[in-house]
Amino acid sequence: MSGLTMFFALLMYGAALVFTVGVGWRVFIYARTPAPLKIPTTPAPTTRTGVWIRMAREVVLFESLFKSNKWIWLFGYLFHASLLLVLIRHLRYFTEPVWGWVALAQTFGTYAGFAMLAGLFALWLRRIVVQRIRYISNLSDHLMLWLLMAIALTGLMMRFVAHTDIIGLKMFALGLLRLDIQPVPADPLVLAHLALVAGLMLVFPISKLLHAPGLFFSPSRNQVDNPREKRHLAPWAAKLESK
Amino acid sequence: MAKVEFETPKMREYPVIPIIHADAMAHSQPFVASSQHQESLGFPGQLVDNWKEVAIDKMGELLTKYRSLKVYLDSCVKCGACTDKCHYFQGTTDPKNMPVARQDLFRKVYRRHFTFAGKYFPRLVGAEDLTEQVLGDWYKYFHQCSQCRRCSVFCPYGIDTAEISMAAREIMDTIGKGQKYCNEIIGKVHKIGNNLGLPEPALADTLQGLEEDIKDDTGFDVRLPLDVKGADVLLVTPSADFFAEPHIDGLIGYAKVFHQAGISWTLSSYASEAANFGMFIGSYDQMKKIAERVRTAALELGVKRIIVGECGHAWRVAYSFWNTLAGPFDFLDPRYPSPQHIIEFTSDLIDSGGITLDKEANDNRIVTFHDSCNVARASRMGNLPGGQFELPRKVIKAACNHFVDMPADTIREKTYCCGGGGGLLTDDLLELRVKGALPRMEALKHVVDNNGVNNVAAICAICKSQYSKVLPYYGFPRDMIVSVHQLVSNAIVLGDKQ
Ligand code: HEM
Ligand code: SF4
Ligand code: SF4
Repeated sequence: MSGLTMFFALLMYGAALVFTVGVGWRVFIYARTPAPLKIPTTPAPTTRTGVWIRMAREVVLFESLFKSNKWIWLFGYLFHASLLLVLIRHLRYFTEPVWGWVALAQTFGTYAGFAMLAGLFALWLRRIVVQRIRYISNLSDHLMLWLLMAIALTGLMMRFVAHTDIIGLKMFALGLLRLDIQPVPADPLVLAHLALVAGLMLVFPISKLLHAPGLFFSPSRNQVDNPREKRHLAPWAAKLESK
Repeated sequence: MAKVEFETPKMREYPVIPIIHADAMAHSQPFVASSQHQESLGFPGQLVDNWKEVAIDKMGELLTKYRSLKVYLDSCVKCGACTDKCHYFQGTTDPKNMPVARQDLFRKVYRRHFTFAGKYFPRLVGAEDLTEQVLGDWYKYFHQCSQCRRCSVFCPYGIDTAEISMAAREIMDTIGKGQKYCNEIIGKVHKIGNNLGLPEPALADTLQGLEEDIKDDTGFDVRLPLDVKGADVLLVTPSADFFAEPHIDGLIGYAKVFHQAGISWTLSSYASEAANFGMFIGSYDQMKKIAERVRTAALELGVKRIIVGECGHAWRVAYSFWNTLAGPFDFLDPRYPSPQHIIEFTSDLIDSGGITLDKEANDNRIVTFHDSCNVARASRMGNLPGGQFELPRKVIKAACNHFVDMPADTIREKTYCCGGGGGLLTDDLLELRVKGALPRMEALKHVVDNNGVNNVAAICAICKSQYSKVLPYYGFPRDMIVSVHQLVSNAIVLGDKQ
């Protein structure tokens, strides 16, 4: 096994580990932290089912964002929907034989790459052009968009500019899954793409990408509006009771 | 107090998002609480020596107690969707009044002390230590947030800046930098039972005076009972209802409704306050203590129901928190929601024919309705989500022939704050209050110009006081603001049922 392969295998394993443990830990902390008072933004659903529907609308449609700002919604939705398609498309590198529905998504997946890039670029333009958003942006907010754009760009280049050894890449990916390391194709584009993706996984648990799990734990969105019917006592608040 | 000169913002034909002006409101801050007011609530009298450590420790504690705080601080993606949604930003153009920027004052300290990125790469993620300058910003800008939750409606994750303002205020109280207005008032509630510091004899006197006024006015013996044991209903209402205009006309309205419905009721001198400023300062403890007065009073008087008068944040605390803070209220009659809002009560009586309203009594009025933030976005009325919008409108329409709503993006869940909520209803923040009222005043002007509206009805004591104060700044008459139960009071037919 070459040093290069060794390095990349370790990088991918390490990144996947940090990602899983990091996000898992974060989710654990969110779940552990009590929400001592009922604070759903009303009107809010009065049943659990209603809350699931509200949440689904937020995740699938970005409903609140739509109410808020049509441009951010458009670009943001374009980016996220494309990201989802691209991720689905990538499943073919990790499945053998490729699942039927993944194969179906291949054509969309290709265009989604461009759409994702366009969405990200538009979001970044907003960040520099709109005075208010420039004001609230930190360097990390720009870097995050660049990182994602770089991932999309290297990916698209492999497909449309300098064809790469896809079979070799798939062997490498499957090898990682099967704990039977195969050589990584020594193509600079492949290596850059992989390294950037590893970078994304590494920063995920320590960055604003936590919005993805965060949304599900947001009390203003995930609480049932039933405070008159049910008490909602957090453990630390219950201790004040006995006094 | 040094009088601050300021200009009332111009009302815009078509509200556009303003250009930002850094530090436009950096001079605005409320008076700091005196050591006496601080200490009576168990907070340090003045800024403690090691305030930085104490503040960071407190922040750490709150992060383990409130999921909202933790999740909101982590989740913001700086998308900017909330940036133009705050009335204080629209009215002042100060960028730190953009909800996300306000949160960031807190978030940058959180990142510095509680996140990996902020500890090791502070510049990259905008993390900062809690310096004197930052504390100064906290004190200013967390007292330029009325905790109205409008930003929360529009954030893709529901991030509620109010939660962050509350946490910041709690931390500031803990290090000895509390706000005079809120803390002084909370002290009065603990000592005397209401925000005004109105003792029992004075209250009894006031109520008696009102009974005489009603008698002169209508010829009917409408009672305003105080501390009557065995009454069916305990009415808990904001103490402003006992003396301020137009609040008092609302109180008279409640009394007439009870009278006509033939339901026995009482006020309590011990719990003569629905308002609960413990919420504004983010203190669970204070909020609980104030709420428990109501429970105690209800038990002592042996009532079967609790009804809450017209007050926005009070209804939030009552509806959303009482059961948790001071419950269970299982000693009350389970056939009625507890607590119940006076609007729910009156609405039911309208449906059942328990009261009759003569709409023509209000024919001189063309009325619009101001949805108060805390009722609209933090509570409910009736059984259906959104009842908090429908029921007050229904009651108004039952009492008036002419009703018009303000533009759709300024009412219901998107309602704009009056500019004086969240513990900011004090004269040391007058400039902020006037400027923050801008979007609401623009919406009002729209229906005044187009529909001839001459009254705006509200169900919140703070809104009513704030309107009375700021309406003239925008060229509207002060008495344009009315209580919803004032309209009911005018229209209700007293005497034998037909
Ligand atoms: C449950 C899944 C997710 C939901 C519901 C969600 C939702 C959102 C929403 C509503 C926004 C704000 C609008 C915008 O700026 O685009 C946003 C921003 C963002 N999301 Fe997600 N997201 C999810 C997963 C992800 C994932 C997996 C990634 C990246 C790997 C990601 C990356 C981003 C980035 C970088 C931004 C900021 C865009 C900017 O800087 O303007 N999101 N997300
Ligand atoms: S809308 Fe929410 S996520 Fe977007 S900047 Fe504002 S607080 Fe952050
Ligand atoms: S809660 Fe209201 S006042 Fe506070 S930042 Fe949000 S919109 Fe502004």
